[in-house]
Amino acid sequence: MKFGTEIVLLSLFAFAAFVAAGFGVDEPFRQHMLVLLIALLGFAAVLLRNTSFAPAAAVDPSAYMDGPIRYGAIATMFWGIVGMTVGVVIALQLAYPDLNIQPWFNFGRLRPLHTSGVIFAFGGNALLCTSMYVVQRTCRARLFGGNLGWFVFWGYQLFIVMAATGYLLGITESREYAEPEWYVDIWLTIVWVAYLILFLGTILKRKEPHIYVANWFYLSFIVTIAMLHVINNLSMPASFLGSKSYSAFSGVQDALTQWWYGHNAVGFFLTAGFLGMMYYFVPKQANRPVYSYRLSIIHFWALIFLYIWAGPHHLHYTALPDWAQTLGMAFSIMLWMPSWGGMINGLMTLSGAWDKLRTDPIIRMMVMAIAFYGMSTFEGPMMSIKTVNSLSHYTDWTIGHVHSGALGWVGMISFGAIYYMVPKLWNRERLYSLRLVTWHFWLATLGIVVYAAVMWVSGIMQGLMWREYDEQGFLVYSFAETVAAMHPYYVMRAIGGAMYLSGALIMAWNITMTILGYQREEDPMPGSVPAFQPKRSGARNWA
Amino acid sequence: MDYNLMREFADSWGLVAMALFFVGAIAFALRPGSRKMADEAAQIPLEDGRS
Repeated sequence: MKFGTEIVLLSLFAFAAFVAAGFGVDEPFRQHMLVLLIALLGFAAVLLRNTSFAPAAAVDPSAYMDGPIRYGAIATMFWGIVGMTVGVVIALQLAYPDLNIQPWFNFGRLRPLHTSGVIFAFGGNALLCTSMYVVQRTCRARLFGGNLGWFVFWGYQLFIVMAATGYLLGITESREYAEPEWYVDIWLTIVWVAYLILFLGTILKRKEPHIYVANWFYLSFIVTIAMLHVINNLSMPASFLGSKSYSAFSGVQDALTQWWYGHNAVGFFLTAGFLGMMYYFVPKQANRPVYSYRLSIIHFWALIFLYIWAGPHHLHYTALPDWAQTLGMAFSIMLWMPSWGGMINGLMTLSGAWDKLRTDPIIRMMVMAIAFYGMSTFEGPMMSIKTVNSLSHYTDWTIGHVHSGALGWVGMISFGAIYYMVPKLWNRERLYSLRLVTWHFWLATLGIVVYAAVMWVSGIMQGLMWREYDEQGFLVYSFAETVAAMHPYYVMRAIGGAMYLSGALIMAWNITMTILGYQREEDPMPGSVPAFQPKRSGARNWA
Repeated sequence: MDYNLMREFADSWGLVAMALFFVGAIAFALRPGSRKMADEAAQIPLEDGRS
């Protein structure tokens, strides 16, 4: 019977959630378990409606398994819109505090929803689906483990739903980028181990003797995130039917563990994983091999050897020992080399094909992503220098830096990868519209420029106001005065974010129409050589 | 196994081992004759006829 085991297991877990909702020791936990109950029952109902007793059709073991990738591409788009919308909302909340709607939609609860939404829901789904796409095509092997790919996909969506609803209910561990409580953490660990088995299993059964470098990056991302997640979330639940847990670490050890996790989440989730994307999709879209394969190997080893030590730069001038702060700073600065080596490698892949920048907006998007990778990995080490950090830390400059990396690098390379994959996954000849991609490109690029420039000005102003003394040694500005001075920048930042979001909405439209099989009638991109077109329909019979 | 023991191991033998591994990995990537293999490997994504 199709889905038999799945339906039984889902029902059992739904019953367990029902029991937990009844016996939970705190109100948020009981509400959270009801959310889980609804999610599991809903999923079981969908499976029940689609079940059948006919014998399952035989699976072609040589065909690629693209089902979870198709769902993943759609999920990436969906969660991207959700996460970015919440981002614009909280940007407006900072500018206009009246928009805080208590208790579920105040800034404190929406902010982790935004960060987790864009990092783990949007970025995570992008990594999940592109890694499954890339590993099959570079290993020339079907995904390992039968339906394991489906489990990873749906298990990860359940994690996202539980994390997101938990934040809104006020359930949090208060660990940056790792706010979900212990039971959601355990679920993510299970899903992640399945993901590792899926990925490694596919590599092990590969038909291509060499493991292509993109898979190295993806694998390092999966392995390191597993390690970071488990150690950062070591904690003791106060009750097995409650939403509260206490960290295994305390004081400065806790702070260092958190930023060891936090910075390497940036290094291995937002950098290594997306570099895997770059090393596959840029050569594919440009139709030329990577500029230097050996440089990509050195990029890989240097990145993973250096990144893991950079975390302490988040704790400059704190109780963390001085030597550890300096260590973090030194390793951050050394990161300039692999980062720029990687950027040059990505950009030079286009050497000899730079004309594509004019005619192919997807390549343009990828190049912009790599340029932002270079810029934000230049800015980050600079900000980790202690003297710079004493001005920049805790100000909006940090937020600007994060967004030039997240919107510019992570967002743009993911958009490029999705634009590349979708027509292939659904067997469409081309995207619905290339001109809409151009619109998306410019809205996103200008949005980032507005956002980052405004945050530089705002952040440096904020830092300078905080440290302004008068001749008698008193601080010149109260904290509230710095907040008031930042209002116009907050409004402009929200505008930059809204531009980026509107670009993503155009993309969602474009992708939807492509999946539905439409092609927009439009002039070819300016500069592209007009193809020989005998007539509009049936023009392919000579090809 | 207390903190000091681990710390001493980390900044002596651990450090040497990691540095050697790193240098070894770079040297292996740049070894003579690796160019041909690397050029072949770089073609992997482009050779997939199916998509």
